[in-house]
Amino acid sequence: MRLETVANPSLARTLGFPLIALAATVVLGSLLAMLAGADPFATLGLIVRGAAGSQFALLETLNRATPLIFTGLAVAVAFRARLWNIGAEAQLYAGAILTVLLGTGALEWPSAALWPVMAGAAMLAGALVLLGPAVLKVRFGVDEVVTTLLFNFVVLLFVSMLLEGPMKDPMGMGWPQSPRLIAEARLPRIVDGLRLHWGFALAIIAALIVWVIEARTTLGYEMRAVGLNRQAAEFAGIPVGRVILKTALLSGGLAALAGFSEVAGLKGNLTLDISPGFGYTGIIVAMLALLNPLGVVVSAIFVAGVFVGADSMSRAAGVPTYIADIMLATALLTMVLAIALTRFRVRWG
Amino acid sequence: MSDEQRAQDVVLRLDGITKRFGALTANDAVSLTLHRGEVVALLGENGAGKTTLMNILFGHYTADEGSVELFGQPLPPGNPRAALAAGVGMVHQHFTLADNLSVMENILLGTRPLWKIGFDRAAARARIVQLARDFGLAVVPEHRVGNLSVGERQRVEILKALYRDARILILDEPTAVLTPQETDALFATLRKMVAQGLSVVFISHKLHEVMAISSRVAVLRHGKLVGEVATSQTDRRQLADLMVGAEVSPPELRPASPGPALLTLKAVSTADHGNAPGLKALDLALHAGQITGLAGVSGNGQSALADLIGGLERPLSGALVLHGETARQWSPRAAMAAGIARIPEDRHKTGTIADFNLTENAILERYAQAPFAHRGWMDWRAARDFAARVIERYDVRCPGPETRIRLLSGGNMQKLILGRAMEDAPRIILANQPVRGLDIGAISFVHGELLAARDRGAAILLISEDLDEIMALSDVIHVIYEGRLSPAFARGTASASDLGGWMAGHGFGGGAHAA
Repeated sequence: MRLETVANPSLARTLGFPLIALAATVVLGSLLAMLAGADPFATLGLIVRGAAGSQFALLETLNRATPLIFTGLAVAVAFRARLWNIGAEAQLYAGAILTVLLGTGALEWPSAALWPVMAGAAMLAGALVLLGPAVLKVRFGVDEVVTTLLFNFVVLLFVSMLLEGPMKDPMGMGWPQSPRLIAEARLPRIVDGLRLHWGFALAIIAALIVWVIEARTTLGYEMRAVGLNRQAAEFAGIPVGRVILKTALLSGGLAALAGFSEVAGLKGNLTLDISPGFGYTGIIVAMLALLNPLGVVVSAIFVAGVFVGADSMSRAAGVPTYIADIMLATALLTMVLAIALTRFRVRWG
Repeated sequence: MSDEQRAQDVVLRLDGITKRFGALTANDAVSLTLHRGEVVALLGENGAGKTTLMNILFGHYTADEGSVELFGQPLPPGNPRAALAAGVGMVHQHFTLADNLSVMENILLGTRPLWKIGFDRAAARARIVQLARDFGLAVVPEHRVGNLSVGERQRVEILKALYRDARILILDEPTAVLTPQETDALFATLRKMVAQGLSVVFISHKLHEVMAISSRVAVLRHGKLVGEVATSQTDRRQLADLMVGAEVSPPELRPASPGPALLTLKAVSTADHGNAPGLKALDLALHAGQITGLAGVSGNGQSALADLIGGLERPLSGALVLHGETARQWSPRAAMAAGIARIPEDRHKTGTIADFNLTENAILERYAQAPFAHRGWMDWRAARDFAARVIERYDVRCPGPETRIRLLSGGNMQKLILGRAMEDAPRIILANQPVRGLDIGAISFVHGELLAARDRGAAILLISEDLDEIMALSDVIHVIYEGRLSPAFARGTASASDLGGWMAGHGFGGGAHAA
């Protein structure tokens, strides 16, 4: 078996293989549900209905997609410049910490002033968390995969320490949780009575801004050049180190907005389980979107839909929720294969 | 010899090979035979289909039509192992050796079953030494490949093929990295090989080498076999005409009228990078209206000098004087701001970004300046206009400025690089291997542009491993050897073999080695 490069993939090729990948994911997921004792055809329906079958279901999916859009954008931006940021989880928590610090009464300002300050401070914190590994990479060639990954655990333990100590809610009945944000600090809901909040709108705006940065600014051009061919970028006089640092600031800031939006929009306080791995899932989201910022929105909603739908399906059909995780993993693997197949033709023999 | 005997002598028969890549037909019904004990030269411009044809023979590609026959047996398509087993050896232009292993280990690599224990090293060594002696390939089996010169590495590659009992050897541009003396040694080896009944396919651009070594020449043009002649029945002129399909003439040189030195290096030293030597207290002056040629065997500091002038490398000591002023801040941007146009050695890795389109590549060196950027915002319309201008002025053949540059041929890629570098009529031009791997048409275009720039008053440094190119274009020639520079030879004052001696290190004096 050998692979041949397809110079100019046709539209059918670029769309066909990802669609086949999706179909394969659904089939495999249904087979697993069948193994767990459920009717495979019914489970598929249950997943779709659970993810998008009602206004409630749909808004819940968008709700779940919100942090994934932020972390997906963070990863997409970084990966575009070949900065392997595996630490969106840490940056998310850094953002959440700053949101709680400023939003629990330290600043008693009206919302219009408080929101931007909280969001800005959160972004700064996330940016600084990624800046360390980025500086180490640029100055000493330290592998950022290792440093950003390990930072996740450092920051999570730090949050744990805060929640057991200085940031512990005195009214929390002893639970490791922070005090709740003041009303001015909370992001309001988009539809009254349903959980979807303005963080989602912020995520869409962030995606548009990132898209504009990549397509229309010198920084976007530099990021793409550095990511595609660092040697050529260096030769052409692009300040490669500085571009990587700027990318790190942008990426860390975007991931931190996920923490801001979850605390200020959804939860209202900080707990240790505020992110069930949104930082890591962001990698899947970004890869599925082929690092395209607008694609991130679509793939985040898809990934969130699989989570929400499989969750609801597992409750209705009585199968484990792990099927959602497996389906996502399958989706990623088949999608990576599909992307390879759009670019390479397989020759047998 | 009767026809029947000749037919029995055929070791390789390519029959009606056609290979298409999309709309491009890389090989169009090519038929070729190779006889026992002969050297066939495969001649053609870049992109003529030579490499594709050999890749089909070696099983890297599968032909769309046609068949390959080795020693009378059909060769199953797409299977390099079958080609190896049938006795085909290939020496690629870029060597495939493991630097950290010895010569012997490299030769043995992959020849033994994975799970068999026990091995007669002495016998294997004896066989390598015997082969080396038989074919005049001087190597020491115990030496580490990482410490060998390019010529020695090539000998190891050839031994690798011979050790695997190759009866047919394919050499892809084997002389590109050799000094004239090393080339002669290689040719002696090839003559010994054919005398012992081996057959050689010799892929080359260089007409005089083809004339010197081959018994037959097959010429490819645009994927078609346009001529097959006995070497004794032809001459360089006819071969060149066959290759390009038109009369070609060497560039005409008007006498140079050199002006003041625009760029001067005063005792500049730069850092070594692994095996690649840095510059050792090097003095050089580039004068306006003059082409300075830099000859040398690859890896003797050419890259260090190019990186220094291109702004990628700073001097450790010594001074770099530009237009009479010593440069302080030194970077690619500083170099470009000082009016240095740069044509990098490797157009794929450093000159362009393969997945960027032509527009994005055209502005690579100036994207941050007006009119392409205003306060951090790109003006893509200005960029496209610029790209369109370069495409038209420099005859870059492409579907349009939105095409990804990876789809272009090397010649068209180089024209874009040349165009973007020359667009501002630069005073200083650094041309590092500007025509390597290009076809004759593109070569004369690039050379013509360089000569025009010279006549306009630009100071040009031409770095090339092709001595013919250096001697044809340069007004002054230096040879670089281990980071040191020979004296300047004015045009016509040094012969190829004089320069070859300098390239091999004669004349530099042993004492200055320890830098």
